[in-house]
Amino acid sequence: MNCRSEVLEVSLEGRQVDEALLSLLHTILLHRSTGKFHYKKEGTYSIGTVGTQDTDCDFIDFTFVRVSSDELDRVIRKAVTEFKDALGNSGSDGMGQISLEFYQKKKSRWPFSDECIPWEVWTIKVNVVNLANEQERQICREKVGEKLGEKVINIVEVINRHEYLPKMPTQSEVDNVFDTSLKDVQPYLYKITYQITDSLGTSVSTTMRRLIKDTLAL
Amino acid sequence: MDSDLSPQDRKDLDKFIKFFALKTVQVIVQARLGEKICTRSSSSPTGSDWFTLAIKDIPEVTHEAKKALAGQLPSIGRSMCVEISLKTSEGDSMELETWCLEMNEKCEKDIKVSYTVYTRLSLLLKSLLAITRVTPAYKLSRKQGHDYVILYRIYFGDVQLSGLGDGFQTVRVGIVGTPIGTLTLSCAYRTNLALMSSRQFERTAPIMGIIIDHFVERPLGNTALMHPCNYRAPGEEEGGAYAGVEDSQEVCTTSFSTSPPSQLCTSRMSYQTPPLGAVDVCHPTACTTAAHPHQMVVPGKEGGVPQVLLQPSHGTQADHGRLPSCPAADMPHQAPPSSCSSGDADVLSRSTEVKSASPSDAIETTFTRKVGAFVNKPTTQVTTASLDLPFAAFAPRAYDLEENDPMVHPPASPTPSSPLQGSLHSQSSSQSGGQTQEDFVMVDFKPAFSKDDLLPMDLGTFYREFQNPPQLASLSIDVSAQSMAEDLDSLPEKLAIYEKDIDEFDAFVDTLQ
Repeated sequence: MNCRSEVLEVSLEGRQVDEALLSLLHTILLHRSTGKFHYKKEGTYSIGTVGTQDTDCDFIDFTFVRVSSDELDRVIRKAVTEFKDALGNSGSDGMGQISLEFYQKKKSRWPFSDECIPWEVWTIKVNVVNLANEQERQICREKVGEKLGEKVINIVEVINRHEYLPKMPTQSEVDNVFDTSLKDVQPYLYKITYQITDSLGTSVSTTMRRLIKDTLAL
Repeated sequence: MDSDLSPQDRKDLDKFIKFFALKTVQVIVQARLGEKICTRSSSSPTGSDWFTLAIKDIPEVTHEAKKALAGQLPSIGRSMCVEISLKTSEGDSMELETWCLEMNEKCEKDIKVSYTVYTRLSLLLKSLLAITRVTPAYKLSRKQGHDYVILYRIYFGDVQLSGLGDGFQTVRVGIVGTPIGTLTLSCAYRTNLALMSSRQFERTAPIMGIIIDHFVERPLGNTALMHPCNYRAPGEEEGGAYAGVEDSQEVCTTSFSTSPPSQLCTSRMSYQTPPLGAVDVCHPTACTTAAHPHQMVVPGKEGGVPQVLLQPSHGTQADHGRLPSCPAADMPHQAPPSSCSSGDADVLSRSTEVKSASPSDAIETTFTRKVGAFVNKPTTQVTTASLDLPFAAFAPRAYDLEENDPMVHPPASPTPSSPLQGSLHSQSSSQSGGQTQEDFVMVDFKPAFSKDDLLPMDLGTFYREFQNPPQLASLSIDVSAQSMAEDLDSLPEKLAIYEKDIDEFDAFVDTLQ
């Protein structure tokens, strides 16, 4: 099975990075989360209800919808903040990318650890620009809002192609497909990684390092 | 062909589509209420949240949606549409977007109804939630309130996109294949909001718009009613008002397995005779914008020259019909230019009548007259005429109501000595007119026959400047009583002189004859 990969690119100001990434990641997760499963006897299960919440951005003319789950929001915010800090600290010209990867776990026999097989990867490439004056910032506010709107439409378009989705698991397998650690919602198993593009060449080595690390990861 | 579909599956599918349609309407309308929407996740299924999404049901919206659907489902050739429009406090309105739920013939036979279709419908609703915050109307709806409100209208049948202006964009929210056809949810939204934004704040300098026969009653069908999106503002604290499930609402499927869902019960369907889903809101046709060179000479009640926009007579009937102010490219009813927003044939024919009664060289465009912001009476009679005809106010006005005809009941204005002068009153002469300009906000005065490029001072300016000449001394009325007495006393002397020169006078009179 091939992993579906989508890339979204955004150019924005430093202070907009948080909100822009939150909006896109939450939009994806909205579509990739279900209610909590409650398994009953006879192999049936019922699904809890997912609530939604409108969130306004402060630095962008944009409002996005996210799943009503504070836990999930905290996790995503933490990842985005880490990425933003790394972007700021790297001393680079403000380019980097953050990836949201949905995967399935495949149990392997001992001594090999479980395999993580991604089935969908969303990569958001970020390019931070510096603006000179308030007027430019105001224009940027609106422009970035429009751009994010386009990205949301792209996301929705991809998702509504109804391509591969993991099969609904039985009770014993549910943790191989879904992240059941949250109290109120159940997203597909996902992980967020990022990488900062320092200058030419460094990004390749970081990717290689990551690949090797992942393969050997316990 | 659904011969492969079991009766239970067919029943389930119909139910899913029905509730999907209702939830779609709820999502769209709630997204245009102007507030942030927030619902809670619940790990235990309540049995009332269709498609595993917590979407509250505003009862009025459900009622309207059910009324529009009238027991039918979106099917091939019969789409469910939700139209969102904007209406200013002055009565102008503009369609912003139209959301369509359509079905086409492409069937997906092998798909599992009770699970796959249901899950995909849920996904589509989530996509709808996301997309409703992205279209331009969302930002407008968040700022609604004092200056304008957002209205919605649900109709069933053919999609009408002509009110969206030129260059409207379409975004497809998503598709779901079912064994009886493919459901498509899309949105067509207006991109040309420029006219709207400039008109929004133009209260004192109105521009030309569309005239409307505002003494015509608008016999609108139920489905033509626009409803405000802020009719009821749901909030978390109003959770009680929504009581999760309507009494008659069906319990939705929450249990999944290989066996069919268990908790379905019959609902109370409201079978109404549909007032015909295809609502023909008569779209106004040619719409003049500020670019129009001609200006109207219209006598108003106080004899002014209004060049104004029309505020429809039903300021009170804010929900009835709409008055788009934008140029509409592909209007279906091009013929009657002065049409209004009612779909009734009567209106159209009357509009045509108006049109034909005006002078033959009347310009094709139509006008609106705006009643000023402080008008007490919502209805004011207007007659229109083309500028090409001088003294157009007095052209045959077969369409006038007599009681409002300024000719029959001239406006009570002390200064104008003739109806002509009354009708050519300009705003700057209000002090001589003494008539309060209650009803009209007048702008440029352009008298007949005047050309403004020949002389530095054109006729209009000349007229305005010399409209208030000082009184002649001999006519001044502030003569003291004493001088009156003096005049009387000097009369005999004057008579004596005249008698002496009587021959001279006679000779003079002869020369005149």
